[in-house]
Amino acid sequence: MSCLVIAEHDHATLKAATLNVIAAAAAIGGDIHVLVAGHNASAAAAAAAQVHGVGKVLLADGAAHGHLLPENAAAQVVAVAAAYNHILAPATAYGKGVAPRVAALLDRAQISDIIRVVDADTFVRPIYAGNAYATVKSSDSVKVLTVRGTAFAPAATTGGSAAVENVGAVADSGVASFVSAEITKSERPELTAAKIIVSGGRGLGSGEKYREVLTPLADKLNAALGASRAAVDAGYVANDFQVGQTGKIVAPELYIAVGISGAIQHLAGMKDSKVIVAINKDPDAPIFGVADYGLVADLFEAVPELTAKL
Amino acid sequence: MKILVPVKRVVDYNVKVRVKPDQSGVDIANVKMSMNPFCEIAVEEAVRLKEKGLASEIVAVSAGVAQCQETLRNAMAIGADRGILIESDAELQPLAVAKLLKAVVEREQPRLVILGKQAIDDDANQTGQMLAALLGWGQATFASKVELTADTVTVTREVDGGLETVALKLPAIVTTDLRLNEPRYATLPNIMKAKKKPLDTVKPADLGVDVTPRLTTLKVEEPPKRQGGVKVPDVATLIEKLKNEAKVI
Repeated sequence: MSCLVIAEHDHATLKAATLNVIAAAAAIGGDIHVLVAGHNASAAAAAAAQVHGVGKVLLADGAAHGHLLPENAAAQVVAVAAAYNHILAPATAYGKGVAPRVAALLDRAQISDIIRVVDADTFVRPIYAGNAYATVKSSDSVKVLTVRGTAFAPAATTGGSAAVENVGAVADSGVASFVSAEITKSERPELTAAKIIVSGGRGLGSGEKYREVLTPLADKLNAALGASRAAVDAGYVANDFQVGQTGKIVAPELYIAVGISGAIQHLAGMKDSKVIVAINKDPDAPIFGVADYGLVADLFEAVPELTAKL
Repeated sequence: MKILVPVKRVVDYNVKVRVKPDQSGVDIANVKMSMNPFCEIAVEEAVRLKEKGLASEIVAVSAGVAQCQETLRNAMAIGADRGILIESDAELQPLAVAKLLKAVVEREQPRLVILGKQAIDDDANQTGQMLAALLGWGQATFASKVELTADTVTVTREVDGGLETVALKLPAIVTTDLRLNEPRYATLPNIMKAKKKPLDTVKPADLGVDVTPRLTTLKVEEPPKRQGGVKVPDVATLIEKLKNEAKVI
């Protein structure tokens, strides 16, 4: 039995989510091979070879993978898929683009966003925005899975010494091309990898207030900034700040929810945080039902005070 | 240009679902059903493209029980021109739905298919990408902006850390994210008009598709409940607790 992990990377380094997927593969058992489909990506492949538990790295290096387009990545996975019983990808924007294409090309079902491995055929995944957990068994000979990163502790980045094997890169599909990317440049830690997250909701009232009130606190704590779907819908911040079932799933050491009422869809994205703090003026807000420490207060007074006293 | 918009009937997003005591699933008897919100955004986007003169016809398609007709009427009230129901009482999993949609695409020959990025019931986020792969088309998932010309679609996508823009040759697949648009409310005259629009019904067998499920749900459980903690009286106490009790700062 062997697992193929589709690495998410930027050609030079592995994205953290890849380590969680390798951990999920380890929970399934058997050999773990990692596919790095990139362009001039030998550094990323070398990093994958160091990860604890990895048996072999397949490097598909070619211009078609320069922008990590899912059409080409899926074709690459299919080209090497024959040897594997399980094909795993992170449940990130990248993995969600590639894995279903792979599953369809192989005529196999996909199980999305797994949070637990029961056995080699059976997995637990959240449904209905995390309001229920389904235990799902696959009858397919090959299982295509996407993995919720926060549910699996990352594999160690050292301790492995896998061989890197070059495989021929596929040709470009010709149907899609990269135009541009606008990646938010930030000194802050990435939302899904941050130890502390300061997150704001509708209670902040505007994008200006969101930045004015939360940025100093986040700076002081070296925290990532997040937001509820309501705050994103109201245009306070961009969608990539969104924590929730339809946004990012996070599980930091400390999650500070400011002016967030605690809609189910938001809770689904952060309830696995180790410690949750809620600051809200409404004592009946559902967020207090999950918060370890609740402060019923006007956030415009409490947050600056908190920032000053830290 | 013809646009195909698949729509799914799901438990309304305002309903808090309950797990059945026998763990066989969630209880959806007598629960309000609506069009999946991401599918609504897909219909709205198609209608806007038609209003700009970039599309000539919008065909809504749904797969599922007979009541999916209501979902199709809803799509037609927003502005779709006609509907196709692929009627089946069987459990339809994403791969089967993608195969059904592929068969419809081959009949209807749309240049663009716009779908929701995921349904809020099974949260699978698979169907659009699977359909794109089965057709050998390009895909742009999580769209926040769509620009259509006669032979390409340029899509700005919501990705981790920001935005990415890709250009796809038509025909192509687009899946919608939240911020693409805000769907209009269907007006009463449009709801009345939608009742007269054509709605065809076909069966999976008519399309030559085997929809046998590949996955079996063994059980559905309540997620573990997180216990609420304490309320603190002031900021100073909060800091003290975080430092000395939780030890997270």
